[in-house]
Amino acid sequence: MTKIAVKVDDLTVAYNYKPVLWDIDLEIPEGVLMAIVGPNGAGKSTLIKSILGILKPIAGSVSIYGKPYEKQRQLVAYVPQKGSVDWDFPTTALDVVMMGTYGSLGWIKRPRQKEKKAALEALEKVGMLAFKNRQISQLSGGQQQRIFLARALVQNASIYFMDEPFQGVDATTEIAIINILKELRKAGKTVIVVHHDLQTVPEYFDWVTFLNVKKIATGPVKDIFNDDNLTKTYGINYKVSIQK
Amino acid sequence: MLGSFAVLRKQSLLGDAISHAALPGIAIAFLITGAKDSNTLLLGALVSGLIGTFWIRSIVKKTHLKSDTALGLILSLFFGFGMLLLTFIQKQPNANQAGLDKYLFGQAATLVESDVWLMAIVTGLCLFVLLLFWKEFKILLFDADYTKTLGFNTKFIDILITSFIVLAIVLGLQTVGVVLMSAMLLAPAAAARQWTNSLSTMVFLAAIFGAFSGVFGTAISASQTNLSTGPVIVLVASVFVFFSFVFSPSRGLLFKQIRFIKNRRDLELHKTLTFMHHIAETHDDISHPHAIKLLNNFQGFTRKTLQKLVKKDYVELQGNMWSLTEIGFETAANLYTKQSTEDE
Repeated sequence: MTKIAVKVDDLTVAYNYKPVLWDIDLEIPEGVLMAIVGPNGAGKSTLIKSILGILKPIAGSVSIYGKPYEKQRQLVAYVPQKGSVDWDFPTTALDVVMMGTYGSLGWIKRPRQKEKKAALEALEKVGMLAFKNRQISQLSGGQQQRIFLARALVQNASIYFMDEPFQGVDATTEIAIINILKELRKAGKTVIVVHHDLQTVPEYFDWVTFLNVKKIATGPVKDIFNDDNLTKTYGINYKVSIQK
Repeated sequence: MLGSFAVLRKQSLLGDAISHAALPGIAIAFLITGAKDSNTLLLGALVSGLIGTFWIRSIVKKTHLKSDTALGLILSLFFGFGMLLLTFIQKQPNANQAGLDKYLFGQAATLVESDVWLMAIVTGLCLFVLLLFWKEFKILLFDADYTKTLGFNTKFIDILITSFIVLAIVLGLQTVGVVLMSAMLLAPAAAARQWTNSLSTMVFLAAIFGAFSGVFGTAISASQTNLSTGPVIVLVASVFVFFSFVFSPSRGLLFKQIRFIKNRRDLELHKTLTFMHHIAETHDDISHPHAIKLLNNFQGFTRKTLQKLVKKDYVELQGNMWSLTEIGFETAANLYTKQSTEDE
């Protein structure tokens, strides 16, 4: 039996009175490339943020490889939504990627040659080495997304959480990103992605979670990615032609 | 220097709010001690400034109000309360009361040696903390959520930055005064942002601009009678801002306009050249001469652009006839393919 990388128990999150997530139980096995799908406002980003401790849940617990998240931080990397930061911030692409090393450095210590080398390697992996000294405001949306991905790669984690990495990127970048994600899975990493494009789910992912405030279903794409679950999640009669 | 962080956090008004919030602290400190010792008064300012700041933070966190609303609310509340206390103090039979209003507009002349030492020490402390936590400040400003996932205590970093901003403001009160203090905090940072795209350079430049404004402002006000120092310093800082907005090479208005015009001219040239290339393509001989009249039908054409093309050896002019040169033809052809591949 494969190990459980992420386990979520009874997670409930609310912003005001209305719960955004209700009683979520979730087990994500090690080594899967998983999509979280659901309509707008279904709590997809909230789920990731609560797992990562950015939001405080009302109830529930999260464990990473059987231990509380706080003790396992170094195993987890996060790629936030691209729109969550101010890209006019005065810094360069390399600098942003270097931030991925700050966690292992800890307080006060400065990044050195070793960290810089790791950052450059990550930039190369996402095909952005030529842009390392580029001001981040002068990067295209797809390039900014690659920089974020590189920053997470530098962390050299076992589990990657990504919030809509394909949002607003062109086809070339999308392919480049999905190839990197597939490589991560091949290396035994677990990758969890908030995803919007239902058409590409069977092609990109091997595991899927349907979410709409409650968890609708979770499991292998080939078993549970069907019209029944899509209808339950999106509320309308959803027909998707699954290419096999 | 610390203003850079306020500007980058889009909390520019924070400085204004803090300085206004400091006023009741000054008044209360005076009422309690009955003395005009500047250290006690500044301590009062510090305390009420901090209270104001953390009120703002909790208002933003716990209600649906936007931060500018919260800032405005706290600013006017504290300032109103401070003014109330000041007028109350003025009615009191205490010979000491005169001169408290210097904190409103600032009066650098009242600074004594011990004040200057205090400022120097605090500035040194700020610098030390800034260098020590540089990495943490930077990442928090850029991406707070991500910083949290890396295991940093973001609340601690945040409180550290905010406290130092408050400290810097309170110290500046004596010189520049409540009303103008926020300009002192923000103007150097806003000016510095125009010149650089690196955070470290920005902070460094802001410090230099700030220092220069201080020195120049004081010098100007000292050379004239009846010019109070605080406003002059702020005016000098504003000159820096204005100059930076207009003349900065990458973000300044002037160079932006120049680049814009230059780009337009280049495009006009390219368009004309492409048009000529189109015509030339229909003939076997690329240097087949055509009448200039033909070009007039094309919107992009002016005599000036044609002459520029001649200068570049792309086109030959003979009387009223033009013909493409070999170089011109090739350039136009390449231009065309380059553009079409970029369109894909």
